[in-house]
Amino acid sequence: MKVLVAVKRVVDYNVKVRAKADGSDVDLNNVKMAINPFCEIAVEEAVRLKEAGVATEVVAVSVGPKACQEQLRTALALGADRAVQVEVDGVVEPLVVAKLLKGVVEKEAPQLVILGKQSIDGDNNQTGQMLGALTNMAQGTFASEVKVDGDSVSVTREIDGGLQTVKLALPAIVTTDLRLNEPRYASLPNIMKAKKKPLDVFTPDDLGVAVTKHVTQVKVEPPAERQAGIKVEDVATLVDKLKNEAKVIA
Amino acid sequence: MSTLILAEHDNDSLKAATLSAVTAATQLGGEITVLVAGANCDAAAQQAAAVAGVNKVLVADNAAYANQLAENVSLLVAELAAAYDNVIAAATTSAKNIMPRVAALLDVAQISEIMSVESADTFKRPIYAGNVIATVQSSDAKKVITVRGTSFDAAPAEGGSAVVEAVTSVHDAGISSFVGEEVAVSDRPELTAASVVISGGRGMQNGENFQLLDGIADKLGAAIGASRAAVDAGFVPNDMQVGQTGKIVAPDLYIAVGISGAIQHLAGMKDSKVIVAINKDEDAPIFQVADYGLVADLFSALPELEAAI
Repeated sequence: MKVLVAVKRVVDYNVKVRAKADGSDVDLNNVKMAINPFCEIAVEEAVRLKEAGVATEVVAVSVGPKACQEQLRTALALGADRAVQVEVDGVVEPLVVAKLLKGVVEKEAPQLVILGKQSIDGDNNQTGQMLGALTNMAQGTFASEVKVDGDSVSVTREIDGGLQTVKLALPAIVTTDLRLNEPRYASLPNIMKAKKKPLDVFTPDDLGVAVTKHVTQVKVEPPAERQAGIKVEDVATLVDKLKNEAKVIA
Repeated sequence: MSTLILAEHDNDSLKAATLSAVTAATQLGGEITVLVAGANCDAAAQQAAAVAGVNKVLVADNAAYANQLAENVSLLVAELAAAYDNVIAAATTSAKNIMPRVAALLDVAQISEIMSVESADTFKRPIYAGNVIATVQSSDAKKVITVRGTSFDAAPAEGGSAVVEAVTSVHDAGISSFVGEEVAVSDRPELTAASVVISGGRGMQNGENFQLLDGIADKLGAAIGASRAAVDAGFVPNDMQVGQTGKIVAPDLYIAVGISGAIQHLAGMKDSKVIVAINKDEDAPIFQVADYGLVADLFSALPELEAAI
């Protein structure tokens, strides 16, 4: 069984991103970039499926500028067998990413496509579901457990208030949530080996997809600042303030 | 202008999140229709019809929609969307599962988790864990939108008298099935609907210590949440997580206990009216957003707090 796993190059999760002073965009100059944390979980899950003998091949795919090859190399170092880059510069909307991934799905014919549930830059949480609709595949979003069984996969999903399990016909889409697994660190020998693994590059034209724009970012701004309050001496003062000043408890 | 709202419900009752979506739809203007897709969901449909501002309720009552399987419900919503300018839903895990599928079927973008309606095609939404607010303008003729519940007041649940119509079209994609659900049964309010939330972080040290929050939560009628650090450490289940990738809450009172205040956590709670932080590290970033900070060891402060309220 072939597994396709999508990865995105995003700002490292430790970076506190700010809006540029003129409000035109976020300031990403000289900011550390990394593989999106949920995508890292997706790669780990695919590699574990291979180690368990369920998957035979893991193909990592990324849609982005040439620099995203760095994140594909990370995926290869973590255990993916080969990589595919769809080269696009600038911001690509989730719908277009889903169309490009559909193109790759048609070329690769994977039985399972694993993606992160959302990327920590746009916070959209859309691409996996959109790919599901475009390919008419079933989806197990926000997965905390994935079990492949013959021609179907059982996915346990994180939902409001608890967990839900669904059974999906293969080929299917899985999007990862935090508790699915804990990604490994790439070892130095594996990082070296990853440099020699194959990486193919396609353009949107190769996949017959037009990079369209549906949404314009008009401006960006910092959120309303919250004023720091006061420090209180002890619990008694705290309770007094909450009762008599903030009036939030009776 | 006309808007179709996908209702959040459990067949027996309409979820409060839907009321926030109604308010957002009211701001968009025009006729508001609520779609209740489920099985034996008449009770939920009747409640939707009573919501102030709703003009019409469509009920798609079929086993195919019983468990809100995205593969089936998205086909129904995409078909019905032909008659509307906007399709919106509250950004619950169910709608997050279904709505992007609807958008792709309609070949339009989805605008996720809007915080405000600026005009018919322009919205504000948080990006980068809420560190930046983007104003975005959609050029799609038909708009698919999810709504951040904490950013829109709930529409009155009573006072409306919408007409209720049955929808007969059945979409069963036949590629997915519901196996089971484990939903935590609790007498406490839901995290996203509670007026008081008390959350524990890594400072709680283990899952058993979360019981220290129970007594306080009982006295305040609070929901109990957690930081991602506490979830990652396995102290508590993921559905308690407050933050960028968990639940977004905005209660009247938020009490953060043993939480350092990573930006991802702040993204989930900083719109709370009053924030209290209890942490033994006086330099913890949580104090920068707290109205009342108490530098103390939580293991002595919590029992004291429980006794004092």
